[in-house]
Amino acid sequence: MDFTFTEEQEILRDSARRFIDKEWRVENIKTFIDRQSPFTEEMWQKIADLGWTAVLIPESEGGLGLSFVDLAVILEEMGRGPVPGPFITSVVLAGETIRLAGYPYQKEAYLPKMATGESRGTLAWTEPGDLNSLTPVKLRANRSGGSFELKGTKIFVPDADLADVLICLADTGDGTGLFLVDRDLPGVAIHSLNTMDRTTNLSEVIFDHVTVHEDRLLGKPGEITPFLNQILNRVNVAYSLDMVGGSQKVLDIGIEYAKTRVQFGQAIGSFQAIKHTCAELLVGVECARSIAYYAAWAQDQDHQGATLAASAAKTFASEIYRKVTKEVLQIMGGIGFSWEHELHIYLKRAKCLGALFGDATFHRERVAQELGY
Amino acid sequence: MDFRYTEAEQAFKDRFESWLNSHVPKGFGSPEFTPPDTWDAIAIEYRRFQGDLFRAGYAGINFPKRYGGAEGSVIENIIVSELTGPVYFHALGGCHVISLGLAAPTILAWGNEAQKEAFLPKTLSGEIIWGQGFSEPNAGSDLANLATRAVKEGNEYILNGQKIWSSFSHIADWGIVVCRTDNAVAKHKGLSYFLVDLRLPGVEIRPIRNIAEDPEFNELFFEDVRVPETMRVGEEGDGWKVALTTLGHERYLGEVAMAATFFKEYEEMVALAKKMPMGGRSASKDPIIRQQLAQTYIELSIMRCNGYRNMSKLARGVMPGPEGSVGKLFWSQLHQRMTEVAVDLLGPYHQLTRNSRYSIDHGKWGFHFLRAKGNTIEQGTSEIQKNIIGERVLGLPKDSARIATKQ
Repeated sequence: MDFTFTEEQEILRDSARRFIDKEWRVENIKTFIDRQSPFTEEMWQKIADLGWTAVLIPESEGGLGLSFVDLAVILEEMGRGPVPGPFITSVVLAGETIRLAGYPYQKEAYLPKMATGESRGTLAWTEPGDLNSLTPVKLRANRSGGSFELKGTKIFVPDADLADVLICLADTGDGTGLFLVDRDLPGVAIHSLNTMDRTTNLSEVIFDHVTVHEDRLLGKPGEITPFLNQILNRVNVAYSLDMVGGSQKVLDIGIEYAKTRVQFGQAIGSFQAIKHTCAELLVGVECARSIAYYAAWAQDQDHQGATLAASAAKTFASEIYRKVTKEVLQIMGGIGFSWEHELHIYLKRAKCLGALFGDATFHRERVAQELGY
Repeated sequence: MDFRYTEAEQAFKDRFESWLNSHVPKGFGSPEFTPPDTWDAIAIEYRRFQGDLFRAGYAGINFPKRYGGAEGSVIENIIVSELTGPVYFHALGGCHVISLGLAAPTILAWGNEAQKEAFLPKTLSGEIIWGQGFSEPNAGSDLANLATRAVKEGNEYILNGQKIWSSFSHIADWGIVVCRTDNAVAKHKGLSYFLVDLRLPGVEIRPIRNIAEDPEFNELFFEDVRVPETMRVGEEGDGWKVALTTLGHERYLGEVAMAATFFKEYEEMVALAKKMPMGGRSASKDPIIRQQLAQTYIELSIMRCNGYRNMSKLARGVMPGPEGSVGKLFWSQLHQRMTEVAVDLLGPYHQLTRNSRYSIDHGKWGFHFLRAKGNTIEQGTSEIQKNIIGERVLGLPKDSARIATKQ
């Protein structure tokens, strides 16, 4: 039993932190946000050049064939940034779906390009109309001959406008299917949604009589539940790690402020009202870190505990990220409430990632089901 | 990162588990089990169990063999702690806490050769039970304010004063006691640490009942108690350091054992939720109960992970960083939340005590609920924990009131 990272992983973490500190100063993010565009292709290329997009892709498909724990180190550092853009969406949501559920010819077609960063993808799951974002899929895929015709609408699709391939969950009549839909197919329309968190891009995707050949099905309709569970686990562990990194960064900001801000002739961090809040937050962040690391390892093992660990991590990390941003905003007073300060970027990201692919309440229920209650 | 046991570790676990199953107190593990009625009976059972453990070579895993320990690995220590934790806490009143968690490691770290030889094997074998004499009526969170005097006279110290909240002294043979030996220096510099035979003339022990009516701690009075100089641990004036030394290994191990214990409590709680009808269906089908049970499971998993994180670092010879300081604050609050879930689950039945008609599980959930209220007070209140984390881990400045009293 060992809960420590390898030397290679520590080196990876150091280099990730140095890269992000240099390239993604939070002031840059603020500038991008004011321009409504928190992402650049130049940045994506730099990330790809570091090999981060290739981490989970097998060597046979041009990737590095590394573990989820290796990726975890990168994700935690990216969360500190926070680095905006489609990294988790493409690498975990799309890449892992294709790797896990795809046939060899599909993997060959997509994964090598995703490894180099040349191509990106996303997963279109949630549909409008139900507050539970992962309710049964209603978007129809009607078979006609060797093809399917997709008709319906998806919402809260992450980074759809930056994706080359949209993996769409659709009801085939013989169960839910996973379709690889190239974004430039006729009938696909992507509309960005205006949301609070500008580090994450969410879209409505309309499939208006989109014809997709049956060889674009990942796995067999009706038999993809195990894959969907794995994807749900992995994307939520990825978000959890991002949220741990973000929580730590926000706590660092709050502590620095508490040490330097003087009122009544003393640094406000000497007051127990502030000090005890900071201590509670540290406990929360370390607890989130423990379970997120464990969950990353559990994904590599793929055992029965992978789902429990993933949902536990998402529940706790999402609640602690919200709590840290809320409490640090309170510690900082007016400055933390201003657009000028970067705190709101984290606060909104916490809210966005917390709700994507199941919020804390959803994941607690998932734990209860997994435990057979 | 790897949470699996090696084959050798798994074999050790299997071996120990099968040994343990035939040496736990009779009936332990069945839902009908209740611990003995009196502390005297609990102490007898503790000495029996600990003695068996010692003779089988499973006591003091991280202690040197020459002092009766097993010199086992950190992983073996985790395995034994997780498996024995529920036995100690649920069947043996937690009698081991001061003896094995505080007295023995302190003597190992600070004691001289004679003290180690005299006390360690007998403590590991359960022959000696230790009580704690730290807090006083005017020295709680401000422990360094303690006033019990130890005045040197020849090769003895004469102890006078009063201790309170003294855990296990009512069943203990010896006590670890911090006294003031010098009034002239800053208050935490004038303390010394003693091993006191609680049967010496002048020692008086008066039990105090806790809110669950359980006399688990005591007032401890010293009136001209003559303690040989050889029973001082460390130098005169070292008492504060000796008492508050971060006993990393034991503390983290204690948390691992406690996590396993709480998990056992949790499993029983879930079994209850599945069994008990609530509004015509089993309570475990109620959406709010499900949320609470799942949240508890999540927090318990985290507590266990925290323990493994700390132990992994120790196994590599590294002291845990900030992650090492979160334990007490988190587990004490977690245990309160968890026991609140249990009593809420039982509705009006939670209030029925041990001998009442209709009581569920002998009223133990109400007992756990009440006992857990002490968790955020004992061994350093949550407020003190937060000061420690805020100042020593996060580097926040001390507040002016405590600077003024030079503390």
